[in-house]
Amino acid sequence: MAGIPHDHYEPKTGGEKWLHGRLPIVGLMYDTIMAPTPKNLNWMWIWGIVLTFCLVLQIITGIVLAMHYTPHVDDAFASVEHIMRNVNGGYMLRYMHMNGASLFFIAVYAHIFRGLYYGSYKAPREVTWIIGMLIYLLMMGTAFMGYVLPWGQMSFWGATVITGLFGAIPFIGDSLQTLLLGGPAVDNATLNRFFSLHYLFPFIIAGLVIVHIWAFHTTGNNNPTGVEVRRTSKDEADKDTLPFWPYFVMKDLFALAVILVVFFAIVGFMPNYLGHPDNYIEADPLVTPAHIVPEWYFLPFYAILRAFTSEVWVVQIASFVTGGIIDAKFFGVLAMFGAIAVMALVPWLDTSTVRSGRYRPMFKWWFALLVADFFALMWLGAMPAEEPYATLSLIASAYWFGYFLVIMPLLGVIEKPMAQPETIEADFSKNYAPKTGGTKTLVNPAE
Amino acid sequence: MIKKTLISAVVAMGLTGSAAYAAGAEAHVENYDFSFEGPFGAFDTNQLQRGLQVYTEICSACHGLKFVPIRTLSDEGGPQLPEDQMRAYAEQFEVFDADLDDFRPATPVDHFPMSGLETAPDLSLMAKKRAGFHGPYGLGINQFFKGMGGPEYIASLMTGYEENPECAPEDFSGYYNKAFPNGGIPDSCKDENGKATVEGSWISMAPPLYGDDVEYADGHDASLANVSMDVSAFLMWTAEPKLMARKQAGFAGVVFLTLLSVLLYLSNKRLWAPIKNKED
Repeated sequence: MAGIPHDHYEPKTGGEKWLHGRLPIVGLMYDTIMAPTPKNLNWMWIWGIVLTFCLVLQIITGIVLAMHYTPHVDDAFASVEHIMRNVNGGYMLRYMHMNGASLFFIAVYAHIFRGLYYGSYKAPREVTWIIGMLIYLLMMGTAFMGYVLPWGQMSFWGATVITGLFGAIPFIGDSLQTLLLGGPAVDNATLNRFFSLHYLFPFIIAGLVIVHIWAFHTTGNNNPTGVEVRRTSKDEADKDTLPFWPYFVMKDLFALAVILVVFFAIVGFMPNYLGHPDNYIEADPLVTPAHIVPEWYFLPFYAILRAFTSEVWVVQIASFVTGGIIDAKFFGVLAMFGAIAVMALVPWLDTSTVRSGRYRPMFKWWFALLVADFFALMWLGAMPAEEPYATLSLIASAYWFGYFLVIMPLLGVIEKPMAQPETIEADFSKNYAPKTGGTKTLVNPAE
Repeated sequence: MIKKTLISAVVAMGLTGSAAYAAGAEAHVENYDFSFEGPFGAFDTNQLQRGLQVYTEICSACHGLKFVPIRTLSDEGGPQLPEDQMRAYAEQFEVFDADLDDFRPATPVDHFPMSGLETAPDLSLMAKKRAGFHGPYGLGINQFFKGMGGPEYIASLMTGYEENPECAPEDFSGYYNKAFPNGGIPDSCKDENGKATVEGSWISMAPPLYGDDVEYADGHDASLANVSMDVSAFLMWTAEPKLMARKQAGFAGVVFLTLLSVLLYLSNKRLWAPIKNKED
């Protein structure tokens, strides 16, 4: 697909021409920062910048933290306390890194649900979506391993439980779990490889982020109408778009600053709000915490994992059909990863010809229910595994799969979409019509 | 001064999920008012010094503070002992020096000794690992004004010893404490579902404080409630020695970012005004 027509970088001075003939890096930066962007983007399109900021924040604070951290079971907990007490500004670095992870996930969930509502995953943006899902998976891996590093009780037992999930995979599970742990149980080898990978993954994420941006700069941004930018001429494209700099940079920076006010209030005044107190107890393999809970951002999928017990008939059928290969534990693991897989496959599960949820009267309600379902699962993931939470988890999990596997394919067939605007320009000027009665000249020659 | 608030385990089962009291015991944590709560709260230096005294004269017999360097007693935002007092304080402890292969008096760079009694937990982080507040509705937002609830838990534990409830046999091991959530509970104090019918549980630590355990140099009243609150405040400091610096940094961050937000809002508004056909 041809890109959106726009002005390209033209080297002017001799030096610029010299460099441009050898390495067109200035041109690349110019085209990236000046990318034509639909001018009707709303406030849900700010999360990309917030996410980029989070990645940079986590990498910078993380690199400095790694200078003072000791990845050894005997010293890890004490070295974190050393950071909190003796390193200059160490308490701030660590609290920003801890809470930065939460901000990262708040932003990524907002970003994903924005994509789901406005159909940002639909052709031709499937590759952008898939890369985004890979980034999300890597983020979860990175966050999980990072949580193990302070070597508190929740670190240790979280690692034990989560790596145990891989052990539930038939045939290869035990070997896989041993490989992950570097031994028969969570120990020094585990801590060392988690530290190594926790340092590596963010750079893979950074690489994928570049590809993610490259992909959507090729297709152009989606926008709240889901109507594509006109590409027939530069003139028409200019009526639908504005350059990213300065219009969207300023808008996104404003949003980021507001979000950071809240972020600093949490870091400054209640930095342990989203953490678990048990992680201030040094890891002890002999004492199991009464209640092992993952961090909040894993809770929805943790709830799905736990929902499928051996009493659920679907699990019993699966177990019977496969001759016991798929037991309840493995079914739970499949369900948990499946919950993310169905989300990744949504470009092919959504059959509607209309991209934006704004013009889909039935979809809107199912989508609202999906958001509610997500929060319900998050709440259920924190609850003990007993009634009524078990049944509620099962219902909520069923809706999650039902939405992607049944409702999305069906809606496209039975739903009658509303009229969409012809162009982005039409949608924009509906909200910001030119002043009637006395036109306002932008440049007054008299001045 | 002391608000009578029952923070039940039901409330404690929050979003961050501390349903640690699966046995069904509900622990009674009183919401004490500490000077360091809320965004502008600050440690009371005198209270930290009194708490240090209580720790030194009573708690340290069994418990340790292995993560706390002695020199930090003189730090800004802490008990702020004068340098010479802090040095003198250090000398009362004996530490093992691997280089000398012998014991020597502690110096300011050494940490407080570890727990002397194997079953006594280290107290350095007690105020953070026993956070008790997760309300309202498990959301934990009240931490913003009340703090984590760890010092409240410690003070409640110190004052929570009571006579055995009637349901308990005389010889049940440990001491009944209505603030202790994770200890043993005799079967005779549980209902048919195995749920405890009493608040708290039995703890193995004998009541450490009774009131008038120490004599404060400043003549401050050494009632049980006061002594308990003083040592709890001190333990909040050992758990979070940079609390005041952190709050100041957070406050500066909030103020400057708010200012930046306003400026960016105005810039953005002006930038978009011609596009949106508005006056700027």
